[in-house]
Amino acid sequence: MSHQGTLNGAEILLKALVDQGVEVIFGYPGGAVLPIYDELFKQNRLRHILVRHEQAAVHAAEGYARSTGKVGCVLVTSGPGATNTVTGLADALCDSVPLVCFTGQVPTALIGNDAFQEADITGITRPCTKHNYLVKDVNKLARTVHEAFHVARSGRPGPVVVDLPKDVVQAQGVYLAPAEAVSKYNPQVKGDPTAIERAAELIAHAKRPVFYVGGGVVNSGGNACQLLTQFVRITGFPITTTLMGLGAYPATDPLCLGMLGMHGTYEANLAMHDCDLMINIGARFDDRVTGRLNAFSPNSTKIHIDIDPSSINKNVAVDLAIVGNAGHVLEDLMKVWRAKQYRTDEKTLKQWWGKIEHWRARNCLHYEPSNKIIKPQYAIQRLYELTKDKSPYICTEVGQHQMWAAQHFRFDKPHHWLTSGGLGTMGYGLPAAMGVQVAYPDALVIDIAGEASIQMNIQEMATLCQNRLPVKIFILNNQYLGMVRQWQELIHGGRYSESHMTGHPDFVKLADAFGAVGLRTDKPSEVDDLIREMLKVDRPVIADLRTDASENCFPMIMPGMAHNEMVLGPEDKAMEKPGSEDDGMVLV
Amino acid sequence: MNKPVEEINRHTIAVLVDNEAGVLARVIGLFSGRGYNIESLTVAEVDAHQSLSRITIVTSGTRMIIEQIKNQLRRLVPVHKISDLTLDGPHVVRELALVKVAGTGDKRDEALRMADVFRARAVDATNDSFIFEISGATDKVDAFIKLMEPLGLMEVSRTGVVAIARGGNPL
Repeated sequence: MSHQGTLNGAEILLKALVDQGVEVIFGYPGGAVLPIYDELFKQNRLRHILVRHEQAAVHAAEGYARSTGKVGCVLVTSGPGATNTVTGLADALCDSVPLVCFTGQVPTALIGNDAFQEADITGITRPCTKHNYLVKDVNKLARTVHEAFHVARSGRPGPVVVDLPKDVVQAQGVYLAPAEAVSKYNPQVKGDPTAIERAAELIAHAKRPVFYVGGGVVNSGGNACQLLTQFVRITGFPITTTLMGLGAYPATDPLCLGMLGMHGTYEANLAMHDCDLMINIGARFDDRVTGRLNAFSPNSTKIHIDIDPSSINKNVAVDLAIVGNAGHVLEDLMKVWRAKQYRTDEKTLKQWWGKIEHWRARNCLHYEPSNKIIKPQYAIQRLYELTKDKSPYICTEVGQHQMWAAQHFRFDKPHHWLTSGGLGTMGYGLPAAMGVQVAYPDALVIDIAGEASIQMNIQEMATLCQNRLPVKIFILNNQYLGMVRQWQELIHGGRYSESHMTGHPDFVKLADAFGAVGLRTDKPSEVDDLIREMLKVDRPVIADLRTDASENCFPMIMPGMAHNEMVLGPEDKAMEKPGSEDDGMVLV
Repeated sequence: MNKPVEEINRHTIAVLVDNEAGVLARVIGLFSGRGYNIESLTVAEVDAHQSLSRITIVTSGTRMIIEQIKNQLRRLVPVHKISDLTLDGPHVVRELALVKVAGTGDKRDEALRMADVFRARAVDATNDSFIFEISGATDKVDAFIKLMEPLGLMEVSRTGVVAIARGGNPL
């Protein structure tokens, strides 16, 4: 019975979600959230996607959020339902994905009593969320939900957990509209004008510049990516992107040097090493990018534009820091550039490009083609060629296939590349692809996977089938934990400890068992046909490509090495140099 | 290329936070999770009306680490304001300790004399023991405790550091 002007907590929650623009919830019911699922049953404004494991619900919400720019939404029950979300939350925190995860909780009177399906989820998730809440009063529920969405999407985006005791969602309370729930959390988005002017001046006088761009620009939105593209073209500077930044700038543009870092291109890494001005926009000097820190770009002036002040001077001390949203800062930067009528020095820039073209001519992504066995790089290249006109969304799992996808699939648009960069979560790709397909039912969504990663969340095949989500899973099956095997070969004396797997399911039969379509080939000559067949089917597909088991992913900066110490291929002598452990760099 | 060895300095940082459940855990978790030092930490509500608490942290690290600590603290949603008192100028630092000393005869007399020199107050006494209350900067409290060691020091309870900037301006 609802009193005049009041609603029960579950009604308040759903009303708040609708007011926050939520359209889809990824979730899994259970005891503590039954009142919420009961209200969900009675309405038709919010769609619920029933997953098969709570970790997948979070990754699906990540996929939804990263591809749409909206805040993802998750609903799970207390105890194991909540603890299962931890990997997804940590993943979203590392990669700055905005989402709000609602967890059920035992009634407030039972909290702390080791009740059935009780877990201290605000305690457990404190280090793996941007923020979290335990709602103890139904009259604070609406305000908390609105603030949770505000926190998730503002500043550097991230995951927020809202823990909901069962009695709170059953109690009667008052609703509060989003406009009435003002939050004091308002991170700085505009950059300091003096710093921006100084940046423009540095850019105008650079002789060997490079743009180093990360996921922050993608997160800032399509507009920020366009501004970036405009500005890079005005300057004529080379640009390299991180794994998370792929798509922020068109990969097929000649100014783009591709990805940098451990498996980045030769030209990108050497440009970073030899530059005199580095313009970092929305990247965080991650260890996979910098290589050995004390040899990282030793002679450059470094500008760092980032929305998160704690990213600045964390790993690398910079000369000029601008805290702000990439889009806002780029806009202001271009205004200054035009107002001051800056021009870049074409003559010195031409010399710099001459050097870069020389590096590019090494063709570092080259591999030995074969007509007997499928080279994984070949499979990705063919997938790219045969799907690029369809503007596909590419998700990946984690490992060699992920790096090959990053190297050989070329992204000209932002928000079409979804991968677990920071946390490196095997099992991310399939549920993330699910989330993208929910957001864009008619789009081509492909999960490039390894045969090991895919089995980490393979249960979600059932979710795909139940919801008619025609995700295409493109498995590069080399029978190994490929990246582990590669490191064992290169660093651990070829001792392949526990990296070889047998007993894999027959993926074609497995697809069939789920009601999806399975395809398989081990012949390079059949790859094109397999891809065409995969695209033709309007159901979920598992394509099992048996690839060369001994192929390694190059180029590679060995752990503890610097950008100018890349290994270009198996024949490269640089590989024999031992990694250095000075500077406290841990070899991971 | 060898990096110059960076100096490690001690900083006193004042943090104004919402007095809500879990806020102290967030701050402590940040320090333990990221491997920063906590040499002293005090917390108490300072504004009941606005429900604000003040946390005073004494930590040490290189310039970059101290900057990281402050930026990481600023990132926490319930954090309102931060001041690095060590950098921001002159400030008053105080700590309070209760020091239990047991002994008789000369040692007892000497303990009482020393307490007088340090302006420590006896807040409890029995025939063979005292509890002294001493307040002051950390090194003064340290010095007093060290003096009490040979005189029958039994137990110490310290508050940790509280600090505030000099002058009329608030945090």
